[in-house]
Amino acid sequence: MDKKDSEFLKIIQEPETEASGCSEKSTCGSSAGPADMDPEVWEKVKNHPCYSEEAHHFYARMHVAVAPACNIQCNYCNRKYDCSNESRPGVVSERLTPELAAKKVLAVASEIHQMTVVGIAGAGDSLANPEKTFKTFELISKAAPDIKLCLSTNGLALPDMVDRIADYNVDHVTVTINMVDPEVGERIYPWIYFNKKRWKGRDAARILSERQLLGLEMLTARKILVKVNSVMIPGVNDEHLKAVNREVKKRGAFLHNIMPLISEPEHGTFYGLTGQRGPTAEELKHLQDSCEGEMNMMRHCRQCRADAVGLLGEDRSSEFTNEKIEAIEIADVSYDLSAREAYRDKVEETREKERKIKEMLAGLGRGKGLEEEAPVLVAVATAGEGLINQHFGHAREFQVYEVSATEAKFIGHRRVDLYCEGGYGEDDSLSRITEALSDCVGVMVAKVGGCPKKTLEEAGILPIDGYAYQSIKPSLLQWFSEYVEGIRSGKIVPKSSSGQTKIRSGAFTAPSPAPGQIPLAILK
Amino acid sequence: MAYTIVLENCTGCSACEPECPNSAISATADGLYQIDSDLCTECVGFFEEAQCTAVCPIEETCIPDPALVEDRETLMARKIKLHGE
Ligand code: SF4
Ligand code: SF4
Ligand code: SF4
Repeated sequence: MDKKDSEFLKIIQEPETEASGCSEKSTCGSSAGPADMDPEVWEKVKNHPCYSEEAHHFYARMHVAVAPACNIQCNYCNRKYDCSNESRPGVVSERLTPELAAKKVLAVASEIHQMTVVGIAGAGDSLANPEKTFKTFELISKAAPDIKLCLSTNGLALPDMVDRIADYNVDHVTVTINMVDPEVGERIYPWIYFNKKRWKGRDAARILSERQLLGLEMLTARKILVKVNSVMIPGVNDEHLKAVNREVKKRGAFLHNIMPLISEPEHGTFYGLTGQRGPTAEELKHLQDSCEGEMNMMRHCRQCRADAVGLLGEDRSSEFTNEKIEAIEIADVSYDLSAREAYRDKVEETREKERKIKEMLAGLGRGKGLEEEAPVLVAVATAGEGLINQHFGHAREFQVYEVSATEAKFIGHRRVDLYCEGGYGEDDSLSRITEALSDCVGVMVAKVGGCPKKTLEEAGILPIDGYAYQSIKPSLLQWFSEYVEGIRSGKIVPKSSSGQTKIRSGAFTAPSPAPGQIPLAILK
Repeated sequence: MAYTIVLENCTGCSACEPECPNSAISATADGLYQIDSDLCTECVGFFEEAQCTAVCPIEETCIPDPALVEDRETLMARKIKLHGE
């Protein structure tokens, strides 16, 4: 095994709280990972929590609502409240000046090192408020140059703003495109304000659509990433969104996010008041599925509030109200760029390792002679969720797996007496555990104290705490190669036999060979 | 007529403010918007539509002030006074 491989085996896992922003893992979507994405695009999206399914577990975004004005009217928006460009009658608690917004960003970024993206998505349209939007970007990029900037827009003003967007290094733009046909559009947009004139009906929709698609083309021509949001309105644009999907893909949008119309009557929107319903979950999924083949679809979108703060799926904005921000002296905000970089480096390390592990697991055992290894038994301390998440001393029972190069098979539970009671261990019960697990070559735990660790080692059971809070099966498979490697390199044998050889005797039953005694001949 | 903003309807979205050719619109102390009737020309001399009305998202909010009826000449004269020929 080369150095690179052995490095990844020493995996460091982020603490769970930092690594997980997603409460329902199963809904995490199918947006692209490195394998099926242009490397240049991946480079840009990998730390963007809204764009990369992988990143949204590690990184956070923040929206600042500095843009209250809008230049169009959408039927799913009640402008007495705030924008629903992100498809939800937006609830922006407070309006921000660019100066206050920049301060808020600094305060949040110092507090939340995962925060890598600042977006402007309301309360109206970011580009209908160009001075406020770009002033905010200017202040942020001066004070916090490592933060990525993004904006959302309805696209009407977009062609005129592309230069400035490029100047401020905005690399992510979201355009809400609900139609490419004015006949559909006139049922979504009652009017637009364009060239000093209010336009209505089909004319309005035609101008809007032309401007949206032109803006999209201009952005992608400059290699600025464009995500397209669409609001699915049953009976209005649901079937039509397939055409939208084709058109935006053709123009280089890299992600298409179809969101359900939200139209509660109490929101007071035109749709809400006229009884236009939103799609069912099945209808939405069906449409997303039928667009899937044509383009990356984003399914982990949480339709966040325009002033959301935090990881997708969580909102910490109440911790950062204007009042609290205003009370902060700018001098008191220590913008610790190096701490933020350190966090990112750590995350990158972890992600790189996880990626390599995935690759390794796929090819594990192949060409390394691992598949010829006899399987071994390993005990796992788990409190559920398929994770190695229990302290050795807290385990009342262990799961035992039979592990080979290609498989980690659950074979049963081992009940043991609770070892840790009141914080100290008893030698007697500890020895009962080693007896109960005597056929195991190792025990995987979230944590294990120094004393039981020693006893386990003496009993020939390797205490394994390097996979804390990770998934059981992949960890076992990966550990297996580490184990074999340890034996091949002599690392495991000397440790377990250093003056303690008597423990090696007995207790080990088939099919697992005693640890430290895997004959090297078999490995060849 | 100069225009006026019905404060009960105004959301304070600020959309009207930059569109006024006469810089007649400004924020009130509580974040809503108001029109200075001495500066408003109803957009005469600039645009066919009153810009504040065209952009305002709330119907019946930027409206001609019934208390300040003025004819086109008066409005044009104001425009010339403010901006020159
Ligand atoms: S673009 Fe946003 S603020 Fe403007 S009308 Fe549409 S949803 Fe409302
Ligand atoms: S009518 Fe025209 S000039 Fe008068 S306030 Fe409105 S935008 Fe300004
Ligand atoms: S555009 Fe209308 S709602 Fe917005 S600030 Fe002006 S008057 Fe008020």
